[in-house]
Formats: sequence, structure tokens, C-alpha cells
Amino acid sequence: MKFLRDFFDNQYKVVKHKFHPIVESFDTIHFTPNIVTKSGAHIRDGADLKRIMMFVIIAMIPCLLFGMWNVGHQHYIAQGLYPELGESFWYKFGYGALKVVPIVAVSYIAGLTVEFIFGVIKGHSLHEGFLVSGMLIPLIMPVEVPLWQVAVATIFAVVIGKEVFGGTGMNILNVALTARAFIFFAHPNSMIGDKVWLGGMENMKATGEMIDGYSGATALGQLPSIDTQAAYDQVLANNTIWDTISGVELGCIGETSVIAIGLGAIFLLLTGIGSWRIMLSFFLGGLSLAYLFNVFAPEDNFYFQMDPFHLLFLGGFMFGMVFMVTDPVSAAQTNTGKYIYGFLAGFLSILIRVLNPAYPEGVMLGILIANVFAPTIDHYVVQANINRRKKRALAVAKIN
Amino acid sequence: MGKTIRVRKGLDIKIKGPAEKKIHDTTIANIFALKPEDFPGLTPKLLLKEGAKVKVGTEIFYSKANESIRFVSPVSGTLKEIVRGAKRKILAITIEADTEMTYESFDTSGDVKEVLLKSGLWPLIKQRPLDKIANPNEEPKAIFISGFDSHPLAPDYEFLLRGKEKELQKGIEALKTLTKGKVNVTVEHANASAGVFAKVRGAEIHSITGKHPIGNVGTQIHHIDPINKGETVWTVNALDVARIGKFFEEGKLDFSKTIAVTGSEVARPAYYNVQSCANVSNVLDGNIESHNSRVISGNVLTGKTIDRKDGYLGFYDNQITIIPEGDEHKFFLTKGWLSLGLNKLSANRVYPSSLFKNKVFDVDTNTNGEERAFVISGEYDKVFPWDIMPVQLLKSILTNDIDGMENLGIYEVAPEDFALCEFVCSAKINSQKIVREGLGVIEKECM
Repeated sequence: MKFLRDFFDNQYKVVKHKFHPIVESFDTIHFTPNIVTKSGAHIRDGADLKRIMMFVIIAMIPCLLFGMWNVGHQHYIAQGLYPELGESFWYKFGYGALKVVPIVAVSYIAGLTVEFIFGVIKGHSLHEGFLVSGMLIPLIMPVEVPLWQVAVATIFAVVIGKEVFGGTGMNILNVALTARAFIFFAHPNSMIGDKVWLGGMENMKATGEMIDGYSGATALGQLPSIDTQAAYDQVLANNTIWDTISGVELGCIGETSVIAIGLGAIFLLLTGIGSWRIMLSFFLGGLSLAYLFNVFAPEDNFYFQMDPFHLLFLGGFMFGMVFMVTDPVSAAQTNTGKYIYGFLAGFLSILIRVLNPAYPEGVMLGILIANVFAPTIDHYVVQANINRRKKRALAVAKIN
Repeated sequence: MGKTIRVRKGLDIKIKGPAEKKIHDTTIANIFALKPEDFPGLTPKLLLKEGAKVKVGTEIFYSKANESIRFVSPVSGTLKEIVRGAKRKILAITIEADTEMTYESFDTSGDVKEVLLKSGLWPLIKQRPLDKIANPNEEPKAIFISGFDSHPLAPDYEFLLRGKEKELQKGIEALKTLTKGKVNVTVEHANASAGVFAKVRGAEIHSITGKHPIGNVGTQIHHIDPINKGETVWTVNALDVARIGKFFEEGKLDFSKTIAVTGSEVARPAYYNVQSCANVSNVLDGNIESHNSRVISGNVLTGKTIDRKDGYLGFYDNQITIIPEGDEHKFFLTKGWLSLGLNKLSANRVYPSSLFKNKVFDVDTNTNGEERAFVISGEYDKVFPWDIMPVQLLKSILTNDIDGMENLGIYEVAPEDFALCEFVCSAKINSQKIVREGLGVIEKECM
């Protein structure tokens, strides 16, 4: 590795001082720096943010790979081709990769460019937060989202969502969800409707390759407007609970498969990176509201009557639970706060999803709203700790 | 004895180089140094000039804030040099030792406080809040003594105090006169019935079980009788209690101490008889494995770096630790941040080392990453067994929010209590330094 070390050492001499943060960023990715402790504890834990963030990215790999395959699979079955799951794996995966990799690339290039600019201005090397956001953004996009919108949204999210607050660790809202919300509100046609979920839909329509009657709508898109038992049964038949668990259905690139998400969840929980408190309470928050809907469902409201687990496995709820709501920076920081915050986010997600027909999916907004409330929740948890201390002092004062 | 305090949070850091239970004698060092920076917040006022002759117990300087707090020479000899740094700040006062020791004589029959102040033993008593030398004008609500040290590779107090039960008893009796409250001693649960403190009278004995920081007196105070705003408690190291007791028994100052020399870079890790504030080179010469290592007066979590040739044992320290420096670049896949990391000590489950409960690690001084903002929440809580929110307290200090600091418990803490937080921090934040700064602000604004 000496040549690589020499290469970086040389770059510090060649490159202008102002741009050293960029060299440093690449250097510290290849080499853990030779920084030694100067004050306080002389030894430090082996774990650093680079490793932790990289582990989060590793946790997303099953979702990414499955997403690629699923994009291809959906593309071909819309033409009536290769309906078996195991059929023509590489065709499907290849098609999906061609669709997904550009989105990933655009997200990283746009975001990292902004990060490097801020790094140079503020004189620090790349902070690792965006490495995760850069992968999250593609996974929560519909496959047909225009690349330029991904770029603009990513830049918006990094600048307005994060850097203006001071960079990684200082943001109030989840960066990836900020990017998604930007497109959602600025270009709703790219985020909702029947035309964005299927890779290559426009083309196929034009050439007439698509099978007759293919709608391209997701279950969540259809459910709010359903008013007959037959239509309801039809939607559920097309999107069984097994479809939602396996993930062989339309949806955002990385959000469909509960199994792939589950693998990531197991990894995050085993390594202790993902907060089980938040995941659990988020799930319970959604589940409890889904049960409430069941209990109070009017006879003609089929959406209210839906099986709670089936409802939660649809859309981005599970992905949000494992990868979004657990973002340690925008979540509540205190242990007690995490239960409340997670529950609130899960509750709001299902509330918006089921009750607001304008928003077929509520997870993004549910989590963003909970993000906004996280500091307030923490405030009251901290206040309780303060009050305990004050009470203790008062008790002592009384005795004396 | 009351109920055993069970502490569930914490972390025992297992590193190489424990001291063998054997005491080596060393020749007396020829240079000694008093370092004002061993005493946080102290401004020294010199009483002697360079070249003055001193005996063991001769006053050398006093505290500007409280003239009655005197600092005495641990050795007889000649005041060699007053080492000054920026703005003429006194960094050290060095004393060249005589071959024969001569002693100042003390009358130990008077008021205990007066005797301790005059003899220069007073600085052994520290106070909380602020974690500094106790203010003799105050009366503490209680005195706390930790009967053991749970830091990595810490000296075994049971081993060092065995046979000194009489001195301990005498020391506790002396301390008891300083407060109307209790003298609390906390021992490890395992040593509760047969340890050196088992037969001590006049003190309340508590027992505690769990992982480090159970040996930190701050943890013990927090679980026994926490400090509220406006209250003061005093703390004394158990080894120093025996020294105080010995002084009252013999009427003669004795600055000899037995220290543990530990760490993976020590050739013969064991116990050594030395003098307080002595130059360490006679203990370390030929005893260090490699050139690129760090000598620490104290332990790896709270100690101070000292020079291997020109370094002196810290006033409060009973341990020297030597570990390798980590000043090399580590390629990310083989030894760096994305390596398998079987040999990387970590409390975080992102490294497999946390699975091997009994593995002992060789750890260097590398930070293993760059400093960042707080990102991961909940890391500190796992190793901080207090009803205090460590991150929130640190943030209140960083934002200079005095109300916040008071509300969140700054009066209870000392930097050493945050050493484990600092160790586990994935953002590599220097929390001990932050806490020290916070205490400085509180002293200036609220005391």
C-alpha cells in the first residue's frame, strides 16, 4: 500500500491548500488517518462514523439488488414476458440495473458535489452522512423519475435540508426524505399516479408491447377510491400479502420487499446501529392505528377494513421503519423519546395514508412531521430528568 | 453495611499489561517536580526562589485563591528550576534531591484541618462540585472514599493496602473530624466482607458491583447520596487516606508510594516503590519495549502524557501506563476502518471484538477516525450509569448555557466520569475537556 500512501502524501504537496479537504476526503477513505489522542482518554474505540455509515449502506444492498431485479421483472411481465420468478434472471436484473444505476449515480454525484463545495468552503473533509443519504434517495424513488429531478432534489436536500444547519449531525429533517418531498411537491406527476412505477412504460405504450388492460397503478394508488367489494377483492388479489412480503409488486425501487428490508433490519439490529426502540414503536404506532380503523370501519369503507399487517407491508412503511425513521440525527435522541417519536411517526404515516386521498402514501410525511416534533419530544424527556433533580434538591432542603 | 449497589451500565476495558503482584524497590529519583497543572484551576504563588534549600515538607508555594492551602516539597534538596510557559505561567517547579533525606517537623496534635493544611497533605482532599482541591472554609455534607480503582489496568488497592489497616483507620478518624456528615467508603462487592476496609470503624461502608466506572467516586456518590446544587462533598483516594493516617500516626511526612507500572509496552509490568512527584526515568529505563510509545502518568482513560526521560509522576497518580503510539496511517481494508477488525478494541457491535468478552487487547493511541458532530445517539448512555443525560449536559456546556448545565447536573460530575463516553464516542468528541471547561465556567459564574 506504500505507493498509494505516497500518492496521497504527494497530493497534499501538489494540490492548493484550499482544496486539501478534497484530498483529505479521499485519503481518509483509503487510510484511517494517523491522528493520535491529544486530550482526555488516550485510547479510543475502534468504531468511527465511516464504518457505521458504511454498515448502513451494506444493510441496504439487499433492497438495492432486489429492487433492480424487480424493476426488470415488472417491466417484462407488463409485456406478458417471463412471468415465472426464476425466469431470465439476468434479463430482468440487467434491465433493472440500467434503470436504477443512473439514479444512484446522479444522486451521489449531485450530493457529493455539494458536499465537497461546502467542505472546501468550511475547510473540512467529507462528512459521512451523505454516503447513506445518497443511497437512500434512489431507493425511495419511482423508477421512472426524471434524472434531472433527482439531481435538483438532492442538491436541494443537501443544501437546504442539511448544510444550512451546519452539516451532518445538525439537520432537523431526514435528508433523503427531504429530497423525496421536494419532488413530491414540486413535480407531483413524477411521484404519484399510474405512470411512474413501471420501467419503460411510455415506450411500451407507444410501441404497443404492453398487454391489454395493464394499468400500472399500485395498490396504495387504488385503495382510497375503492367503493365496491368486487373492486376491493380485485386489488387484494393483485397485491396479496405474499406479494408485499416478497416484494414482487410495483412501488419505489427499494421499498417493496419486506424480506430484503428484513435482512437489512437484522443486520442493523445485530450491529446495534439501528434503534430497536424506534423500529418497534414505529411498527406498533402504525399497527395500532390500523386496528383502530378495523374497529371503527364503516361498512362501505373497505380501506378501513384491511388486514393491519397487509396494510403495513404495502408501500414504504417497512422501508421507512428500518432505514428512514431510525436516522439518528433527525430522530429523538433520548431513549424514552425514541419510543414516543417512533410511535408518532408510525401512527401519522398510516393516518395520512388511509385518511388523505391526496397522498396515497403517508410514510414520507409521517416521518418528516415526526422529525419536526423530535426535538420537542426530547425537550420534555430532558425536562423530566431536570425535574427529578430539582425534586431531589427540594426534598433535601425540607429535611434541613 | 447496607445493600449492595448494582450498576448495570458501564464497560470494563481489557487491555494488555497488568502489573504483576510483586513490589520492586527503586533507587530514589534525583529530580522531582511539582506541577501546578495537576491541580485544576490553581494559580500558584511561589514562596521560594531557585537555589533555595528545602526539606521534606518545606512549603514551596500556596494557592492564590486560598492562602492556607500550602504545597510542600516531597523531598529534601535544592530548588533547581521554575519552569515557565506562555505568559510566564508556572509549568513545574523542579527540585534536585539530596542523597540523605531531612524532614520538617510537624506537631500533629492540633486541629486536623490546620495540620493537614500546614503539612501540604490538604491537596489530597478534593471537592465536588468542580473537582478541585477542597475549600477548607467550607464544611462538606459528607466525605466519600472509593475503596478501589476500576480503571483499565488500575493498581489493586487491596494488594497495596493489605497490612495498612491501622493507617487507614487513623486516616478515617482524622477525616471524620472534618464533617458533621458521614464518611462513606465504597468497596467492591467481592471484597466487602474480607477486604482491608472490612474492619474499619467510624465510616459507613457500602459495596458496589458492576463494571467500570463503579470505582469512580463520582458514580458512588451519585448512587449513595447525590450532590444537589449548593451542597459540597469531599473525596479522598483510599491510598491517600492511608498516607494521611500514617502522617498522624508517625508525625512525619512520607511521600513514598507504591505505583503500578502497566501497559503493553512495559517490559516488566509490576509494582514499584517510588516517591510522589518523582522523575520516572529510573523506573522506566530499560523497562519500555519500543521507542514509539506513550508514557502516561495515570491510566489510559484519565492520565496525562509525560516524557519518558523528563517526566514526573503526577501528584494524584498511583500508576504509570505505557502503550504504543498509533501515529501511522492504516489501510482501510487491512487495519483501518473497514477491516475485519478482530484485534480492534471496541464496545460497538460494528466490530466483532465486542463478542469476545474475555479477550485482552493491545491498543494504541490512534483515535480510529476523525472528529465529527454528535451523530449516533445512545452510545454514551450505555456506559454512563447515572441519572444524568451525558450528551445533553455536554451540549449545554458547548453552548455555554449555564442554566442548562445546572439543571442537567454539572454539580455532580468530574471529567473522569466522562472518560468512558469519550472512549466509546464514534464522533471522537473530547468530552473530558468539555466537562473541564464547563466546570471552569460554573466556577466563574456561579460559585
